[in-house]
Amino acid sequence: MTAAVSPGGPTGGPVWLDHPAARVLIRRHRLRWWELLPWIAAIGVYFAFPDYLGFGTELLIVILFALSLDIALGYAGIVTLGHAAFFGIGAYTVGLLAFHGIWTEPISGLVLAAIAAAVIGVASGLVLLRTRGLTLLMLTICTMALLGEAANMAHAYTGGFDGLPSLPIAPVLGAFEFNPLYADTQYLYTLAVLLICFVFVRALVYSPFGQSLTGIRENALRMHAIGAPVRGRLVICYAVSAAIAGIAGGLWAQTNAYVNLSVFDLDRSATVLIVLIVGGYGRLYGAFVGAVAYMTLSHFLARIYPTAWQLGLGLMLLLIALFAHNGILGVGEALWRRYGAERAAP
Amino acid sequence: MTEIRLETRALSLRFGALVAVDNVNFKLAAGARHALIGPNGAGKTTFVNLLTGVLQPTHGRVLLGGRDITGETQAARVKLGLARTFQINRLFRGLSVLENVCIAVAERVGAASAMLYPTGRRTDIIDEAMDLLAVLKLADAAGQRIAELPYGRQRLVELAIAIGLRPEVLLLDEPAAGVASAESQVILDAIERLPEHIAVLIIEHDMDVVFRFAGRVTVMVAGTVFAEGTPREIEADPEVREIYLGQPAERAGPKPRQRV
Repeated sequence: MTAAVSPGGPTGGPVWLDHPAARVLIRRHRLRWWELLPWIAAIGVYFAFPDYLGFGTELLIVILFALSLDIALGYAGIVTLGHAAFFGIGAYTVGLLAFHGIWTEPISGLVLAAIAAAVIGVASGLVLLRTRGLTLLMLTICTMALLGEAANMAHAYTGGFDGLPSLPIAPVLGAFEFNPLYADTQYLYTLAVLLICFVFVRALVYSPFGQSLTGIRENALRMHAIGAPVRGRLVICYAVSAAIAGIAGGLWAQTNAYVNLSVFDLDRSATVLIVLIVGGYGRLYGAFVGAVAYMTLSHFLARIYPTAWQLGLGLMLLLIALFAHNGILGVGEALWRRYGAERAAP
Repeated sequence: MTEIRLETRALSLRFGALVAVDNVNFKLAAGARHALIGPNGAGKTTFVNLLTGVLQPTHGRVLLGGRDITGETQAARVKLGLARTFQINRLFRGLSVLENVCIAVAERVGAASAMLYPTGRRTDIIDEAMDLLAVLKLADAAGQRIAELPYGRQRLVELAIAIGLRPEVLLLDEPAAGVASAESQVILDAIERLPEHIAVLIIEHDMDVVFRFAGRVTVMVAGTVFAEGTPREIEADPEVREIYLGQPAERAGPKPRQRV
């Protein structure tokens, strides 16, 4: 993109950049101190809870998956219940390549998973994104079901219902042994991948492209009327979202060292949607908060009440649905507006 | 002889047996201030939707700056210099006033598909949007969300977004609809101060507004052009008076101001 082309103000130069509203826009993408907290916490977990790194890895993957959904749902307003389609494509890309001995290097494996998911994202997006609302929702589920059934039918390659067990994954960077016995390697590897993806997603949502996605979510008709190629933007957004979901799926296959049809489950799509709603969608950090809340709650509830743990989750969802439409982060923002802002003001 | 910016030739739209727009031949010159009036259901907004590409005509052509744009998408028409406002606000309600205009300006300068630098770095876009808000006396509200803004000022944002696209042809669909008369004055002033060279087509019900702005008036009835002329001619036309202006009573309000 070329830089400044417009002729500034009638006075010739920029005169408005000190206006409070302009300052908000100019500074919005700047890093705030609390944005470091999730990463400090993640490193802290590594040292404080060495026995929980397996669970931690699973949690990081859910965060990444929810983050991918946030781009499509939270920012562009693409309502989907079939996001596991891309998670599954990523997982099977890694699984098939590793199982058949074609490609076992993990990092490039994730790149291939991302590419495969993005290709499916573009192909399905070109058709799906002509629709909206319930039709779109149904079509996303259909896409996922079709891919799941394809994986089931191609059992000569995919192992069908049994999946592909004992995937050989090469050591990370050729130095760090990589299998479920080395939970610390897996945890740090997954954390690094999440960080890289997050930096990209963060840049994306604060970019002009991200702003135009928000515009499409807020009023697609107006976006058409200001000359935006709305469907093209949505397809690109969907592909990016798919690619990151593919990376999450690839990570899942690598860290579990197997892949099976559960990656295409409706359950998985629904769970990630719930995670994002619990945390707060369209907020970048909703994926983090939601995944931590949902995963830790279900983890410990399942230990305490092995028979009825889903009851606790149900209650949490009920509370969120009734009292916190914008999720946990939405509640935090409301509290900050009411109390924190007063104190912060001089 | 001024240059024709926008033209339709035998433009028609039929929904089955219903003829919404029927064989309309229309010309809008550069710098024109043209009003489109007609009773409810006459097809005025449908006509605008045909011009902007929301709807495809069943017959006829639309030309922008002499170029046939009948098959072009909405987005392509905007890039060629055709902008509109909506009769009912279509704004980004959750975003600030400034951001609403920034989105339009970013789209115009071709920045909106950039992914890898932050919006905040394009201070040129933000500055231009603020300039525009200042011209429309909206600078004080720049940081407010649309949803927090009174309706009348929202109508101004509607206008700001369209002007931010720097159009050659601007279609205003009842810009002051639903606004109290005190507030509508601000909107009308803003329209009056639009750059001279822009060709403006304004759909309006308020005859005072029409007579204040328009150099020419087209009356649409049942999808066809019923009459066209200067405001004086239209006002004097007995058939128009009967159909549109209601009854042959004297029109109250200020005398029409002529533009030639």
